[in-house]
Amino acid sequence: MTATAHGVTALPASRLRLAEVARVGIHALATRRLRAALSALGIAIGIASLVSVLGLSESSRSDLIDQIDALGTNLLTVTPGTGFGAGDSALPGTATGTIGRLPTVEEASAVYAVNAGVYRNDLVPANLTGGISVYATDTRLLETLNGSMAHGSFLNEAQRDYPVAVLGAVSAERLGIRDLEAPVRVWLGGRWVDVAGVLETFALAADLDRAVLIGDRAAEQYYDMDLEPSAIYIRVDRRFLDDTRDLLPATIDPENPEEVEVSRPSDLLEAQAAAEGSFTELFLGLGAVALLVGAIGIANVMVIGVVERRGEIGLRRAIGATRVHIRRQFLTEALTLAAAGGIAGTLLGVAATYSYSVFQGWRAIIPPEAIGGGIAAAVVIGAVAGIYPAIRAARMSPTEALRSD
Amino acid sequence: MPALELRNVSKQYAGTPPVTALDGVSVQVARGEMVAVVGPSGSGKSTMLHIMGTLDAPTSGSVLIEGLDTSSLDDDALAAIRGRRVGFVFQRFFLLAGTSALDNVANGLLYTGTPRPQRREAAVTALDRVGLGARIHHRPNELSGGEMQRVALARALVHRPAFILADEPTGNLDSAGSEAIIELLLSLHDEGRTIIVITHNEEISSAIPRRLRMLDGRLTDDIDERVSVP
Ligand SMILES: Nc1ncnc2c1ncn2[C@@H]1O[C@H](COP(=O)(O)OP(=O)(O)OP(=O)(O)O)[C@@H](O)[C@H]1O
Ligand SMILES: [Mg+2]
Repeated sequence: MTATAHGVTALPASRLRLAEVARVGIHALATRRLRAALSALGIAIGIASLVSVLGLSESSRSDLIDQIDALGTNLLTVTPGTGFGAGDSALPGTATGTIGRLPTVEEASAVYAVNAGVYRNDLVPANLTGGISVYATDTRLLETLNGSMAHGSFLNEAQRDYPVAVLGAVSAERLGIRDLEAPVRVWLGGRWVDVAGVLETFALAADLDRAVLIGDRAAEQYYDMDLEPSAIYIRVDRRFLDDTRDLLPATIDPENPEEVEVSRPSDLLEAQAAAEGSFTELFLGLGAVALLVGAIGIANVMVIGVVERRGEIGLRRAIGATRVHIRRQFLTEALTLAAAGGIAGTLLGVAATYSYSVFQGWRAIIPPEAIGGGIAAAVVIGAVAGIYPAIRAARMSPTEALRSD
Repeated sequence: MPALELRNVSKQYAGTPPVTALDGVSVQVARGEMVAVVGPSGSGKSTMLHIMGTLDAPTSGSVLIEGLDTSSLDDDALAAIRGRRVGFVFQRFFLLAGTSALDNVANGLLYTGTPRPQRREAAVTALDRVGLGARIHHRPNELSGGEMQRVALARALVHRPAFILADEPTGNLDSAGSEAIIELLLSLHDEGRTIIVITHNEEISSAIPRRLRMLDGRLTDDIDERVSVP
């Protein structure tokens, strides 16, 4: 008889195999597919927005950086300083020559303000300049700025001496010039000037889009031109960019180096790229809100499920499940829901990033941490959303669970 | 030593006023015995059965299963007793929807850690035993009430428990379904199983030699027709 008593004391503990933990956790979801899908939807949307925001901002940023790189980050612009005593607003006339002699300078080109108005024809009143300025320049400007022509060609060596103009992209538009299929002239400073070309916009020198350019020697000959440069554009050997940048003010104006301002136009674009990054944070915040809503959705469905399935819980306790087994079952269920939402959301986010990037002509870049982070975030959310319902299910008294209807 | 013994078991439910569901119940059930529990609604039958099967703990008194006092055991140890020594059948069938009869029965072994192929093998045997060998792949919604209760009975048998505790197993069945369950319980008793069954069904109680009658949480009668009536 003691043998039977021993039989009870020596009972092996209740045990649920690992494969069964998964099966039991998924079972209820498989039998309530629509509800499961709907409750995972919130997480899916949240994760999809996070992944696509990260992917798209990365793709667009890299596209912008590609563009900036293509334009050249080694362009420096020298302008008269705006500081104290900078009233005359011009650089020394010798500056271009001095700069050109620096060994680290690959190319330099200056523009000079020309005191003249430019009009479509001689009938336009003189005060309607359309905000267009006239600058004189040399033939190297286009190359220095890495610019390109929309129509016609840039000033060549011969045109430097004659009244020939090249129009900035915005200027051409304001003057109403769409193409150069027929010869075009503009009324510039009281004389007709032939238009040789129309420029594309300059990414790194937007001021020149609103300019009309003429040859420097022609300007001296026909117009009242300041021989002091308004701006000098410089291509520098990349390796010595910072050194050169530091050297320039004293080289150009040894007496008043503070009146020389050196800027790097690509910095501005990079700042823009960074500014787009801060916009990303807003969307990340929205994605986080979607995730929170998703988490509440899962918790809600789980709480409802626990109440609805009291009978099942009671039965499982009756066939030997411990509290831990019940808790694990509901936690697994919540984790599965969230992980499914996370995976679906990640796929959705990746698809959205790819299609929008293709549409924009960008190279699609999905940061790996966005994928890993998305799924990990979903799992953490599932755990947080599932823990309370799981504990409630486990705490339920088996008899009350069985009496429920 | 009795297979199952309650010693002066009481159960109170907190509340205003508190409910005394069991009031000093003492009873012994020997191995291989079959016992019917009868009594009016609310008399404490289900409460006693749950306490016998360690689903619930008494407020006072002790429960001995195969000689072991369960009051010292923790939740996990009680779960192990239920999972290996006790088979429950309820008025409701508690079958998992969308799950075949085979897997519903195999679930009776789920928390013993038995691998799935062995569980299913045992489930086939148990389903054969209740006469549903031909319906093993049917889901609950494809079975009649009587068949569902036979699946539930097979689930209570599949782990070869020391006791079968049945709480109004025919309460939801028509007469044909009830009959099948009664016959099964009686034949399981003939095979030597210890069975305690709560019933309002005269047909069952009259077929069972030992009857416990309850009223207001007390055991008012313990009639055993095998022993000479005093
Ligand atoms: N969780 C609970 N809280 C409070 N009272 C309860 C609880 N569970 C049961 N009771 C009460 O305990 C008493 C006994 O209930 P029990 O279910 O054991 O009766 P029963 O004999 O099985 O009745 P029936 O034939 O209707 O199934 C009843 O008065 C019931 O209301
Ligand atoms: Mg009852």
